[in-house]
Amino acid sequence: MLLVAGLNAHYGRAHILRDMALEIGAGEVMVLLGRNGAGKSTTMKSIIGLLRPTSGRVLYGGRDIAGEEPHRVARSGVGYVPEDRRVFADLTVMENLEVGRQPAREGQRAWTPARLFELFPNLGRMRDRPGGRMSGGEQQMLTIARTLMGNPRLLLLDEPSEGLAPVIVEQMAAAILALKAEGLTILLAEQNPHFAGGIADRATVVEKGAVVWSGSMAALRADDDARRRYLAV
Amino acid sequence: MDSVLPQLLTGLATASSLFLVASGLTIIFGVTRIVNFSHGSLTMLGAYIGWSILTRLPRDPAWFALGILLTALATALIGVLIERVVLRRVYRAPELFQLLATFGVVLIVQDATLWLWGAVELPLPRPRWLRGFVEVAGGRFPFYDLVLIAIGPVVLGLLWLVMNRTRWGTLVRAATLDREMVAALGVDQRRLFTSVFALGAGLAGLGGALSLPNASANLGIDLSVITDAFVVVVVGGLGSLPGAFVASLLIGILQAFGIVLVPKITLVLVFLVMAVVLVFRPNGLMGRPQAEAREAALAAPVVRAAPPALRWLGAVALVLAVLAPFGAGDYYLTVLTDACVAILFATSLHFMMGPGGMASFGHAAWFGIGAYAAGLLLHWAGAPMPLGLLAAPVAAGIVAALFGWFVVRLSGVYLSMLTLAFAQIAWAVSFQWVEVTGGDNGLLGVWPPDWARSPRVTYWIALALSVGVALLLRRALYAPYGYALRAARDSAARAQSIGLDVARLRLVALVIAGAACGLGGAIFSYGKGGVFPTYISIPHSVEALLMVLLGGLQTVAGPIVGALVYTGLADLLVRSTDLWRLVLGAVIVLLVTAFPEGIAGAARRLWLRGREA
Ligand SMILES: Nc1ncnc2c1ncn2[C@@H]1O[C@H](COP(=O)(O)OP(=O)(O)OP(=O)(O)O)[C@@H](O)[C@H]1O
Ligand SMILES: [Mg+2]
Repeated sequence: MLLVAGLNAHYGRAHILRDMALEIGAGEVMVLLGRNGAGKSTTMKSIIGLLRPTSGRVLYGGRDIAGEEPHRVARSGVGYVPEDRRVFADLTVMENLEVGRQPAREGQRAWTPARLFELFPNLGRMRDRPGGRMSGGEQQMLTIARTLMGNPRLLLLDEPSEGLAPVIVEQMAAAILALKAEGLTILLAEQNPHFAGGIADRATVVEKGAVVWSGSMAALRADDDARRRYLAV
Repeated sequence: MDSVLPQLLTGLATASSLFLVASGLTIIFGVTRIVNFSHGSLTMLGAYIGWSILTRLPRDPAWFALGILLTALATALIGVLIERVVLRRVYRAPELFQLLATFGVVLIVQDATLWLWGAVELPLPRPRWLRGFVEVAGGRFPFYDLVLIAIGPVVLGLLWLVMNRTRWGTLVRAATLDREMVAALGVDQRRLFTSVFALGAGLAGLGGALSLPNASANLGIDLSVITDAFVVVVVGGLGSLPGAFVASLLIGILQAFGIVLVPKITLVLVFLVMAVVLVFRPNGLMGRPQAEAREAALAAPVVRAAPPALRWLGAVALVLAVLAPFGAGDYYLTVLTDACVAILFATSLHFMMGPGGMASFGHAAWFGIGAYAAGLLLHWAGAPMPLGLLAAPVAAGIVAALFGWFVVRLSGVYLSMLTLAFAQIAWAVSFQWVEVTGGDNGLLGVWPPDWARSPRVTYWIALALSVGVALLLRRALYAPYGYALRAARDSAARAQSIGLDVARLRLVALVIAGAACGLGGAIFSYGKGGVFPTYISIPHSVEALLMVLLGGLQTVAGPIVGALVYTGLADLLVRSTDLWRLVLGAVIVLLVTAFPEGIAGAARRLWLRGREA
């Protein structure tokens, strides 16, 4: 579904991604693991188009979308959930969802606010609350719900568990598993291997903007050496 | 007491017109982050197009309303054109290039309007129903004023509905908060921007057309309206519609009463209110702190040393400049003197804007203060030129210090707009205080003493002073002070944490820039033999910006190149075509869209590329 190959990206002159590569099949959940500053978020921004990669390919559904404008990438079915949430603070929950709304693609069951409130019951209780007056966990749910309103086929989820209380993290994991069950393809960035372990099928470990390990979750669990080397916290 | 109600109603009517224009400006700013200088031009076009339409329609209320709406539609379309052709290309350029591009549009519209409608003011013949009066509380009030008063709140209400009850409005509000995120959710920013611009332009045109019955279509509307609209938008808080409404009321009523109570200083009063509001509420009455644009950090200008070859070029140019009087006639010597003054004008602005990070829309204020200091000393005390040349920078520096005391803490657009406001105060004082400054007629007979009277000597003096000051400014930039100033610009917080007094650094930069510019004003006055309020006008301030931005912020040589190119270009244009504003505007727009880093910056890039290859 998504194939990233030889992707290079810069912030100004700083070379951040170095020949980044990924492959995700339809319906799969892939986790991007790596320490702070490894380049997980940068990879996602390069895919959605917020950062224009300097070279490389991003094939999505067979089409090269590298360097395309974000709204085109988004409309072709890629949903992006940023790590800093970026909820529209003055807009209510319902209005935030409205901004994300895009028509469903053929054969898709369209997301509606009602369906999203089943997934995230908390949100349903605060439809008219401005995004700026919600807790971190609620905002995280809202930002995911907002992106789902665009009816994506591929979801880029940047550290959804960051800074959340353990109870909320569990809810979040349950919600993501529900999305996986719906058949959504997910690229998840995480620092927390434990959180990722319960959800992902495969893992890619990045360091300094390049892939240093990739394989199935089971293989990662078995590879103590890799875990120690790349993920030791 | 009798005069209170009529004045109040007049104020409210003014407020309505102000609000129409300002609401468009604020909506456009909110979403695109562009301070649209050409907004006043759209209002002016609204007045002219309105005149052309209304004078062709039957003169009853229904046709009048239709004509007004058609006008709004027409200006909206013109707005779309401007957005597509000009602004779309500069959304990612630094703020000031955007400003410059929109000012290019102002110039183009000026000449196009002059060409299409002529220079004569066009009043709208008023049918009887427009001249009618209504009895209110025992007084008679112009019917049309009451119509205007009603229109303001109606438009506010409609805008509120659009913003809060439609998908489009929701997207606009979201884009005002975080337009990148809106794009990542699949919304086409370009279409959103175009439609926002159409709405804003339509409102501007509506305001222009509605002002017709009480005023006329004339070529001064653009700049007077844009000043008022800036004031309203800044007082209300950039991007806030209710803020614009409240501020319109405040300013409209203040103007109405000001004219009765203190006719001479109404303008001053308005700008004082603006200054006071900003001191206590740096983001306006209802504004919120400006989130720094996420991409902006990359565009911060750096000042780099010139490559050696360029220094040689400079030295050769200097020698040629010193020898110029032996080859050039008197006419060219006055142009060259103007060029020297332009160098002072531009380098001083560059000093506070590039390394200092404080963009000024009102740099001509310091120019004018210097000029008036020299002129008034000569006129009232008979002080000779050397004293005048000394007094000018001192006076400008002192006023800059006073002004700086309360603006250096403001940031970005607000500081820029306050500089514009301050320049307008200075302009109003010079224009209205006839007893002292001679008002519009200016101060005449400000000539150098006999020994310096020949164009040749005047030129050499101007050359020596401008080159000397430019070199001093350059020195200051590479001294520890200059590095500290740049550190403060790049990150005020970080500079503060290593013990730099950011406010003081910026204050000093402002004083230095003001003094240098004031000297330029004095030299200019002696060269022209007079001092006039136009020295402080907005177009003159914009000239300084043009020079700096033409040359580019990144290099020390930039403002000098910009000053020379601009002076030459302006001289050439004024002499060769009546449509010089149009040509200049088009050149500006082309340059800004083609070379966002300025002439010197682009030359430098090409030069370096040539060497690497
Ligand atoms: N806007 C930016 N400008 C300049 N450099 C940046 C910017 N954003 C990130 N970087 C740099 O790019 C590198 C990769 O950052 P990125 O945000 O992709 O890391 P990450 O893996 O998502 O880390 P984290 O787990 O902390 O979120 C880091 O070295 C970071 O300093
Ligand atoms: Mg990250």
